Amino acid sequence: MFKYFEPSKIFSITSKAPKYVLFLFIIFISIGLTEALILSPEDYKQSHSVRIMYVHVPAAWITLGIFSSMTLLSIVGYIFKIRNFFLISKSLAPSGFVFIIIALVTGSIWGKPTWGTWWAWDARITSMLILALFYLMYLLVWRLYKNEDKIFKISALITILGIINVPIIKYSVNWWNTLHQPASINILSKSTIHPSMLVPLAIMTAAFALFSLLIFLMKYNTELIKIKNKGLDRL
Amino acid sequence: MISEILFMNGYGLYVWSSFAFTLLSFFSLFVVTKIQYARERKKFIVKFGNLKSEKASFAKSQSINKQILSNTSGF
Repeated sequence: MFKYFEPSKIFSITSKAPKYVLFLFIIFISIGLTEALILSPEDYKQSHSVRIMYVHVPAAWITLGIFSSMTLLSIVGYIFKIRNFFLISKSLAPSGFVFIIIALVTGSIWGKPTWGTWWAWDARITSMLILALFYLMYLLVWRLYKNEDKIFKISALITILGIINVPIIKYSVNWWNTLHQPASINILSKSTIHPSMLVPLAIMTAAFALFSLLIFLMKYNTELIKIKNKGLDRL
Repeated sequence: MISEILFMNGYGLYVWSSFAFTLLSFFSLFVVTKIQYARERKKFIVKFGNLKSEKASFAKSQSINKQILSNTSGF
């Protein structure tokens, strides 16, 4: 089964896909921005500041999704010794890191008009900051070490330790008294967000997901070419 | 209408700066990733060009190498 994950087979798809993904991203982000900044209504309590939600929430969702995927790939890759899974994980990391920075910065900007402060050491914000540090450590490991086995081991360990933080981020607003509001969107129970705000949020989430896919594809292709460059050196 | 979109009841600065930061981050990441890709591909093409004919034909027999050389999508 794992032969289908061979780089040469994947490259034939990943080298052609970015232009189509970029095209879709431009469509989704254009509609999403129009909805988020102009068409969606203001909140009765937060007024127009609620619009920050359309960049803050998708960024937070996607960074958590990316880190979870990286962990899964690292664990499976380590158990079955599939080098390609580590490459996929490595290629996901830059967009995950940028998304967590966006979530933290936009959250901070949103905090000022809503809570009266740029930053608070509350459970949700602090646990997100810790996840950002795990992303940073993961990226640094690939930069600092040269031995691949060592990189695979350490990076897998970082993702395993970091994933412990993901449920803490998710449930921090329920477990502790925090400034951060509880989730408005629930898969298992009824969401408390109005459809006029849910639609732009869904479109922006799709746009952000497409952007992370675009960066992943470009990064993954770069990694494959790097490997091929080393292969040419050995010829 | 335009001033309402810009000022947003006094929240304009917060909202616009959040969106600007997000889009700027996207743009920066895209450009950096594109530069890295272009640099690696250029390196590959130069190395490939320096190969002797029999090594080059062996390298060309690998489909992925052919794909890298022929990729004209700009990515």
